[in-house]
Amino acid sequence: MTSDAAVPIPDPGRYKLCLFVTGSTPRSARAIENMQKICDENLHGRYDLEIIDVYENPEATRDLQIIATPTLVKILPEPLRRIIGDLSDKERVLAGLNLAPVGAAHNRSK
Amino acid sequence: MQHQQDHHASAAAAGLAKTPTGIRGLDDITLGGLPKGRPALLCGAAGCGKTLFSMTFLVNGATAYDEPGVFMSFEERARDLEENVASLGYHLADLVADKKLVVDHIHIEHSEIEESGDYDLEGLFVRLGFAIDSIGAKRVVLDTIEALFSGLSDTALLRAELRRLFGWLKDKGVTAIITAERGEGQLTRFGIEEYVSDCVILLDNRVEDQITTRRLRVVKYRGSAHGTNEYPFLIDAEGITVLPITSAGLKHKISLEPVSTGVDDLDAMLGAGGYFRGSSVLISGLAGTGKSTYGAAFVDAACRRGSRCLYFAFEESPEQIARNMRSVGFDLQQHADSGLLRFEAARPSIYGFEMHLARMYRDIERFDPQAIVVDPISAFRGPSMEIHATLVRIADICKSRGITAVFTSLSTVGDQMNESERSVSSLMDTWISLTDMEANGERNRVLYILKSRGMSHSKQLREYQLSDKGIHFVDVYAGPEGVLTGTARLAQEAREREASKARQQNIQKMHRELTRKREAAERRIAELHADLAREEDEVRRIIEQEEAREATLGSDRSTMATARGQQHGQ
Repeated sequence: MTSDAAVPIPDPGRYKLCLFVTGSTPRSARAIENMQKICDENLHGRYDLEIIDVYENPEATRDLQIIATPTLVKILPEPLRRIIGDLSDKERVLAGLNLAPVGAAHNRSK
Repeated sequence: MQHQQDHHASAAAAGLAKTPTGIRGLDDITLGGLPKGRPALLCGAAGCGKTLFSMTFLVNGATAYDEPGVFMSFEERARDLEENVASLGYHLADLVADKKLVVDHIHIEHSEIEESGDYDLEGLFVRLGFAIDSIGAKRVVLDTIEALFSGLSDTALLRAELRRLFGWLKDKGVTAIITAERGEGQLTRFGIEEYVSDCVILLDNRVEDQITTRRLRVVKYRGSAHGTNEYPFLIDAEGITVLPITSAGLKHKISLEPVSTGVDDLDAMLGAGGYFRGSSVLISGLAGTGKSTYGAAFVDAACRRGSRCLYFAFEESPEQIARNMRSVGFDLQQHADSGLLRFEAARPSIYGFEMHLARMYRDIERFDPQAIVVDPISAFRGPSMEIHATLVRIADICKSRGITAVFTSLSTVGDQMNESERSVSSLMDTWISLTDMEANGERNRVLYILKSRGMSHSKQLREYQLSDKGIHFVDVYAGPEGVLTGTARLAQEAREREASKARQQNIQKMHRELTRKREAAERRIAELHADLAREEDEVRRIIEQEEAREATLGSDRSTMATARGQQHGQ
């Protein structure tokens, strides 16, 4: 326990997110815009968001199991979640990020 | 075979480029392989070998055709995959290290995925494109892409994207195999065949009588001829073998060169000095008459000449055969040790007929023997039609390769011809029957040649003995059986004479009948002619009378007129 004190303890509530997009297509732009908005409104600076263009960084698709684009990957906090689409359905995005009320998170009907 | 080669030539002439799979047999059926630069669909139920099949396609491409490949696995993890195909002798890690292969596991976990708004599968395209470009891949396998349907909910979008993906693969110029699960009432569960339609191959794994047989069928091959039957295939430590069961036809070259039977007296009896090279020989006999010994004698003689022999044993283990044959003076072990003789032993019941056939075909192809022994064919149990079909194919395979094949068969007392013998008798060029005869209170082993095509062979029954010196013939046997044969023949000839006489009499009778009828007809024609003539006469006579009467009437009238005139004139 004493050794841990030297390392800054990561904020357990801090989000590590990756958004995979395909160049500058309208859908990609839409996804980025929606993401920014959700972060600003719900995460209030408690996040690191990396935007990855799969055309420029194709090997990243393999590392994070990307098949659909756009895909938002919530790496932290666990569990890992993928939210695919242009993030226009805010309710679902929040559910995926575990930010919605408990009832909504469990009510992910398809 | 000839037929196939003809097709082969025409396909090549048409210019449809093909990519060889390197899977023995499949390239024969498809006349060269899969359509080059296009996706092909490989479908089948779970556990029928889709993954192994498609992996073999890539491994062969990487090792034999210098075509690197990408394996996109939607189901098995790379590590599991590697372990599973290790049983076929494939070392994926080495191929990956040599940049001949990329294995990418696409993990789709429905529970970690949330869908929010529009998306497409561009990520998959980029990922696949990256893998292809990283090693310059020419071959791609997507196994099993339908897994996407369980991970993503928008099936309409998936279908559109899959269509785009297959088009994209075509543009990339890679030869791809798309695997899919067999569906109810259609080839694949999600109807992928609608999008991949250049070449569709169906794998099947059926269990009949507790015996599993894997089968393959080329359902469709656009722009190319292909074998349309169901072909059995085999997956074992040697990889995958598909057996193209084409009838070898009757075009194989024949040979007049004798091959020693290994028994001098039998060579002499056969007239030609042995079996013909490339012929099929059936040795049938009761239990304990030494069928296998004759097989061993043949093998021993062949190996001594330096020929390669393959011995298919279905009842005894190789060790058992070697030991038993040593007791009658044939040391088969030395030939096995020198590599000229090879034993392939299997219980007949462990596979279906077609599986046995596939295995034997592969063994023959690999070992390339000049002679084979199948000991015994009577070990096969099943419908005679299937046994027959299997044996026809083995005999055809041997004939087309000029392999002399000796088949042994166990007969039972009272049943002169058992199922397998009856079904193959017409296939066999030479049939030697072994039996034992009871005479003077002892049983003696007796051999006779039932038939031997193209040879003037002895028709005698010969007694033989088995000793530690081998097979030894003794003096000509002349028992009641022979006499019986004689009288039976005489009786038959007499019957035939009777029959011939009766037939001749019948013919004569028919001749007489015909003559009589012809005469009757002619008589009636003559009568009719006579009637007609009579009628003509009658008619002519009446006409003449009428004319005469007309004339008379005319003259009467004028006479009357004259008479009247005279009266008026008065």
